[in-house]
Amino acid sequence: MGHEFLTVYWREMIRFVRFRGQLFASLVQPALWLLLFGVAMTSNFDSMASGTPAPPGVISIDYLTFMTAGVIAMTALFTSLFGGLSLLFDKNWGIMREMLASPMPRHHIQIGVGLGGVTKTFIQVMLIMVFGMLIGVSFFPGYSAIEVLVGVLGILAFVGMFALGFLFLSATISMRMESMESVQAMMTLLTLPLFFSSNALYPVNNFPVWLQAISTVNPLTYLVNGVRYFAIGSDFVSLGTEYAYSTNDILISFGALVAFAVIMFLTAYHTFNKATIA
Amino acid sequence: MSENVVEVRGLVHRFGDLTAVDDISFDVRRGEIFSFLGPNGAGKSTTINVLTTLLPCQAGTVTVCGHDIRKETSAVKSRIGIVFQDMVLDRDLTVWETLEFHGRIYSMPKTLRAGRIDELLKLVDLEGKRGERVKNLSGGMKRRLEIARGLMTRPEILYLDEPTIGLDPQTRLRIWDYIKNVNREGTTIFLTTHYMDEADQLSDRIHIIDHGRLIASGTPETLKSDLGTDMVYLVTGDDDATEPLVSAIEGVRSVKQTTKGLELILDEEGGKLLPRIIHAIEDGGVDIESVMLKRPSLDDVFVHHTGREVRDEPAHTNIKQQRFRRH
Repeated sequence: MGHEFLTVYWREMIRFVRFRGQLFASLVQPALWLLLFGVAMTSNFDSMASGTPAPPGVISIDYLTFMTAGVIAMTALFTSLFGGLSLLFDKNWGIMREMLASPMPRHHIQIGVGLGGVTKTFIQVMLIMVFGMLIGVSFFPGYSAIEVLVGVLGILAFVGMFALGFLFLSATISMRMESMESVQAMMTLLTLPLFFSSNALYPVNNFPVWLQAISTVNPLTYLVNGVRYFAIGSDFVSLGTEYAYSTNDILISFGALVAFAVIMFLTAYHTFNKATIA
Repeated sequence: MSENVVEVRGLVHRFGDLTAVDDISFDVRRGEIFSFLGPNGAGKSTTINVLTTLLPCQAGTVTVCGHDIRKETSAVKSRIGIVFQDMVLDRDLTVWETLEFHGRIYSMPKTLRAGRIDELLKLVDLEGKRGERVKNLSGGMKRRLEIARGLMTRPEILYLDEPTIGLDPQTRLRIWDYIKNVNREGTTIFLTTHYMDEADQLSDRIHIIDHGRLIASGTPETLKSDLGTDMVYLVTGDDDATEPLVSAIEGVRSVKQTTKGLELILDEEGGKLLPRIIHAIEDGGVDIESVMLKRPSLDDVFVHHTGREVRDEPAHTNIKQQRFRRH
């Protein structure tokens, strides 16, 4: 395979650092969320759940730490779902024609945009973790340096796979739709149900059956599982619910994200190869 | 070398019920400036979109340097350069980044890119703007940048789709100079335009296209001289009565009624023939309202072949929103 996708990536990165306002907002927004929503909810939830003691040998995790995994997932969702939007601009006012007319295989466009989105998501996620630990999130409890490294790499692997899936989805939507308004409406339609039917902010065990079913097919749930496993551990209690992840659970979660990314890649691949200009 | 860079045979393109390109065939010869002249909606852009692989080739064959556009798409893509009708630029990149991006997605090696960028920026007089963002360039500079970009890969043929649309008259003249320069340096050029003067000034050969069909072709000179030595436009009190009167005069090749009066094509010099024409009409008892004698221009050629004029609409109505269609 050629390396022309790196050129598409190069341009994505130029644009990322060139729009100072957007860059600043994308870095500050998740931190603000963590600070305001996280601290506010923690003060309430922890007092509500304080009556439930943790079983012996299982660590108890405060709500802030619990929901930080959710904020990481939310940030990954938002950044990647809107990450393909640049293609809509390129299509209507930019250089999409130049790229489509070039001999570069068209899937390089989606790979380049995908890598760009993953890079942006990684930067945000690292910042959330650093900022979170500064305000008292107890990620990596009692981990050695090596274990922390493995934890971070594990989180990035989950985040990266998840982000790729949604970036390809976003690229498909942007290529298929005509106007900015309809794409944005579509994105908004997707984000809220995805977010609230996942385990990002609360346990899903007590959901009614139909909502649990939705939660099981929600990629966000699998991402949050992975992040909690690598950041907190395989066995912990939060909000009065015990979380025990086996290695198998985690492999299945990662497998689900890989499957999602592959399906979305193929959908985008098909869309790009059919795209013509009239 | 007299080989053909592009050969098109029986090209047809339909959008649903609308036949935008209707069975056209032509060759573009190496080294020439070849142009498609026609009004908006004649099928020029559709043809160029098929020839540049942005639209599928539905029927007919197109070869570029012997490569079939359907079977050897990437061989074709790497041999052509394109300047699109609407500005296709990233406003937030610099001039250098724009060219560098292009060179890279066409897989040009680094040293080749660097040399070519220097050379092309000189050619289009943008050397001083290398680090400038595209959004800060004037309309003419953006066009020149697009021309430079189209030449980055040293294509066998450069497609220019309405290159001076929306530009002011002075800028248009400069762009013409650049186009002539590029051609003089050996690049074959395929131009589409709805401006008569542009086609006349630049082209070695013109194809007039209307309603998706080629209706006349030749050099600007032959197209004009085919219309005769001179032309006379007459407005009379009774065109129907005048027609047989003037047709009988020796030296008048043809007479045609148009919406604006009678169009006479002469085989002899108009200055000598005109007194006889006027006499004949007056002897026939018809009033003459106005007489105009002129050398045939490309406008006349167009009106002659299509029965109407190419209307120069304001530029902004020509800048169509790009639309993408899926099949």
